[in-house]
Amino acid sequence: MSSGTEKHALVPYGLYVKVWLGLIALTVATVAVSFLDMKNTVILTAMLIASVKSTLVLLYFMHLRFERPLFTIMLVAVILTYGVFISLTFLDYSFR
Amino acid sequence: MSGEHAIKAHGAEHTEHHDPVANKIGMWLFLFTELILFGGLFIAFAVYLHLYRWDFRAGSGSLDKILGAVNTVILLTSSLTMALAIAALSRKKVKASLSLMAGTVLLAVMFLGVKAVEWGHKFHLDLVPGSSVMQNKPMGEQIFYALYYTMTGVHALHVIIGIGAIAVAAGFVKSGRCHAERPGLLENVGLYWHLVDVIWIFLFPLFYLIG
Repeated sequence: MSSGTEKHALVPYGLYVKVWLGLIALTVATVAVSFLDMKNTVILTAMLIASVKSTLVLLYFMHLRFERPLFTIMLVAVILTYGVFISLTFLDYSFR
Repeated sequence: MSGEHAIKAHGAEHTEHHDPVANKIGMWLFLFTELILFGGLFIAFAVYLHLYRWDFRAGSGSLDKILGAVNTVILLTSSLTMALAIAALSRKKVKASLSLMAGTVLLAVMFLGVKAVEWGHKFHLDLVPGSSVMQNKPMGEQIFYALYYTMTGVHALHVIIGIGAIAVAAGFVKSGRCHAERPGLLENVGLYWHLVDVIWIFLFPLFYLIG
């Protein structure tokens, strides 16, 4: 990366199409699962699938997989900070 | 503009100052603020879901899962065409890149169209915050709808801004100011577009699928 030009490994078109197929499959899965009567695990399952989908978008469409680690480290720091917000909010609400 | 100053300051030995990594870091920092903006709304959703679990499930049951899923597929596909537009530009295929951007905008407009149909249907039923129909609903359902309009509304606003950003990037690509050796602008617009997609990936199940 020391040269002036931006070094980008050319990501093959096919990889994006494969990721997209995966995202569509997961969308179908999350809708299909929602028709089952799962009572307590509905939200958990939906959030798990959404997390996998957004990880795919972040890694491939948003190129985190091909960038230097700095970007992923920054994102993880933001997610952890957000985790602190959520934990503090629920600590508050759970003991009122 | 700062590039011109750099040329003047350092004479001919430096060409224009250009730092693609800083460029991208700046964009990501902005995206983090977007994550926290929606993050606050998601926390509000989580708290009220926790307090009014059954009302939220009733509210969610009133939304059309299939329309929501169709919109998810539309937005995911627009993310694909955006990623392909950037891939095409880096292979110097300007025409293909512009067509893919046009496709992305078309899909974005379709997304807004479906959204308009959904909102229109709710308006038709007078399910609007403050209406008498709404005030007769249980408290949790009222909050569910308030969050539904706020969160999908702020998201739709991002889609509209995204359409504008893609149009600007397309203009730069067309005029040759954004090209294979310097694709930063298009890449950053792409990052914004994908983030809008990531947010929808969470909005969709939370609103449509918990019923």
